[in-house]
Amino acid sequence: MNRVWSQRTAFALLGLSALAVFAALAVVLGFVTVRGAPAISWEFLSAFPRRGMTEGGIFPALLGTFYLVLGTVIVSLPLGVGAAIYLAEYAEQRSWIRVVRIGVNNLAAVPSIVFGLFGLAFFVKALGLGVSILSGALTLGLMVMPLLIRSTEEALNAVPKEFREGALALGATRWQAVRSVVLPVAVPGILTGAILAVGRAAGETAPIMFTAAAFYTPRLPRSPLDEVMALPYHLYVMATESTAFWRTRHLQFGTALVLLGLVLILYLWAAVWRARIRRRKRW
Amino acid sequence: MRSEVRSRIGEHTVRWIMGACAGVSLLALGLIVLFLFREGMPVFRTVSLGGFLGGRFWFPTSEPPSLGILPMILGSGLVTGFALLVAVPLGIGTALFVGEVAPASARNPLKVAVEMLAGVPSVVYGFFGLMIVVPWLQATLNLPTGQTALTASLLLGIMAVPTVASIAEDAVAAVPDTWREASLALGATRWQTLRSVVVPAARSGLLAGTLLGMGRAVGETMTVLMVSGNSPTLPPVLGWPVRTLTATIALEMAETPVGSPHYHALFAVGGVLFLFTLTLNVVGELVGNRIRRLA
Amino acid sequence: MVSQFQPAGPAMEMGTAFSVQHLSFFYGQERVLTDVSLDIPQRRITSIVGPSGCGKSTFLRVLNRLYEVVPSARAVGQVWFEGRDILARGTDVVDLRRRVGMVFQKPNPFPKSVYENVAYAPRIHGVRKRRVLYDIVARALGQAALWEEVHTRLGKSAFDLSGGQQQRLCIARALAMEPKVILMDEPTSALDPTATAKIEDLITVLKDTYTVVIVTHNMQQAARVSDLAAVFLTGGEMVEYDETNRIFENPNDKRVEDYVTGKFG
Repeated sequence: MNRVWSQRTAFALLGLSALAVFAALAVVLGFVTVRGAPAISWEFLSAFPRRGMTEGGIFPALLGTFYLVLGTVIVSLPLGVGAAIYLAEYAEQRSWIRVVRIGVNNLAAVPSIVFGLFGLAFFVKALGLGVSILSGALTLGLMVMPLLIRSTEEALNAVPKEFREGALALGATRWQAVRSVVLPVAVPGILTGAILAVGRAAGETAPIMFTAAAFYTPRLPRSPLDEVMALPYHLYVMATESTAFWRTRHLQFGTALVLLGLVLILYLWAAVWRARIRRRKRW
Repeated sequence: MRSEVRSRIGEHTVRWIMGACAGVSLLALGLIVLFLFREGMPVFRTVSLGGFLGGRFWFPTSEPPSLGILPMILGSGLVTGFALLVAVPLGIGTALFVGEVAPASARNPLKVAVEMLAGVPSVVYGFFGLMIVVPWLQATLNLPTGQTALTASLLLGIMAVPTVASIAEDAVAAVPDTWREASLALGATRWQTLRSVVVPAARSGLLAGTLLGMGRAVGETMTVLMVSGNSPTLPPVLGWPVRTLTATIALEMAETPVGSPHYHALFAVGGVLFLFTLTLNVVGELVGNRIRRLA
Repeated sequence: MVSQFQPAGPAMEMGTAFSVQHLSFFYGQERVLTDVSLDIPQRRITSIVGPSGCGKSTFLRVLNRLYEVVPSARAVGQVWFEGRDILARGTDVVDLRRRVGMVFQKPNPFPKSVYENVAYAPRIHGVRKRRVLYDIVARALGQAALWEEVHTRLGKSAFDLSGGQQQRLCIARALAMEPKVILMDEPTSALDPTATAKIEDLITVLKDTYTVVIVTHNMQQAARVSDLAAVFLTGGEMVEYDETNRIFENPNDKRVEDYVTGKFG
């Protein structure tokens, strides 16, 4: 009897911790949604901030985040996928592979604010790109690259080796086998990883603080070398530094809701997609 | 003939390009080290290494500046330590529940929830903390301000749960089913099996998860910046505002003249952070690899 | 198309597809084949039989150098094919594999349509014209005795076919590149008896045109389809190689007798 009760207690405690995680998510989501929803309107999404950012919308920040994320994908997707193909498909030089893998793992562990510092010193100053979309996208791109490499590698490793061997046995070169058989099978998995990377890049503040983000821009960016407003940074300055920040709480909640919504929709999309890949698998 | 030669050359080019892509991560890591070093080292013309790491005062703009980061090191340590008190039990508990206890149908939704928790941007956590947790703690504990080390710890703790949970879950999943079956076949309950077979077998993975969770908490910037109050007190106290290493950089970098001792000091702070998370990661990997070899 | 593997060397006896000399094989430190020597004749069916773990699949993978996908794998010795030692440095493995097709243990069609599976090899080897491709595909499917069953659904996924059909599709896929040799690695082990019979019929027809090397652990199958049989035993040793009938009726080696009569294996 005692054994049964100790199991019940233990499992209840474990369940409670899982519940706490669920609850935390629900509370954050709930508060932000309930308090942010009233601020959301077409004008909020499509207008510039007005009157020293105490009124109006978040359009420049929304667009800026879009540009930054787009740049991040352009920078990191080819590099990350290429690196993952190398790690997963060209495994002969194992000492080099091991070194690269250590590099990738450690890059993944670098704090985002350190990426920000590096972006400032390297892209903004040393390369002279200035505080710009380009600098921010490059910084974010390096930051999400380990994520992309890992997810792509996982997708490639999930492709049965029989496909590769079948292609090689037909006289395909390594690259032909990868391009024509392995990659097409792995593409959905790779895109799932890319979506998560986009979500991550869209929500980051610290790496773009010194490399891309502007407090306020009176006009939309015209080139990749312009600085931009970005949703996460906009939320930060609105909540802590802007004029009369205690009077613009509704705008801040609205911004938080938009940001949170964007990111979580991306994550949810990736999760659903992954489940579908698993279900549709026929081999 | 010609087309064959061309395709063979193509093969080499492709291999080379892919290898170069893989090299970019290493290059990036190397450049990060190089630039943190290059921009951080000059601070030691103003202050000694001991005076930097052990200095009690941070007055970067006074003349001459005091560049001691001990309050921030201890602040980061305090916040991270208490964050782990939240993250480790919740993370490991969640991992065990998801991997071992929950019915199969509940597993995926739970995993997705953990992933979503990881997806919430840190600035949103910070904002949520500022709007909800700060006033709530201030009122509940009757504190002079709600922006305290405790507030930051609570939020960081929740934020680090996914890191701990996902690695712990992998570790638990790597324990062979035959071991569980052997234990159950000997008449052990599922809980006894979990406690005496699964957890011990997965313990290095659980430790690795803890270390990486710690790295996550130490490196987190926006949340602590927004809820910790940012005052470099010594010694830092749980119910009082603190300043962390990350928040210092975020707060001050924008207003610092390039090339000043203050500027270099902030890069040196970045260097300290980098070295610390690097160490945690290397140790975590070494510990984590043990379970992988075993499985 | 100029191939590296035109018949050239004087050492090559007429009618021999592969001349294997003192072949040993290692995975890391582990020895899988021990000093194997044999000549595999052209346009005959040679079966490689033996208990599991005797290195027979590895032997097959030496003949098209597919063993290279395992980084620690190493082959020592010589394997002469069309006048060249394919284990020598500088061997063009892509060209080798074009001439030596392979069918695997489990049917492994690509996740593409029936048509695209068969068109795969000619495509990557440079055939672009649609008409030519179609003819190649139709002929290969015909040779693999699959045309009748699939010609109305060439655009359907290969996974819609039954297991036996998938395996014949894989045979057609190899035939489409017009190889000289077809290697088969236990091609029926994943199939039911009816599908197996169809494949076996197909194999015996193929030998008019192709050299076939088939690995099997099924003694009856070796007896049914092969002209010659090589018996490998644990440790990767080849203990007997002769006309299949002779081996089954009157094995020289006691261990082979035990094996073919089913005393172990």
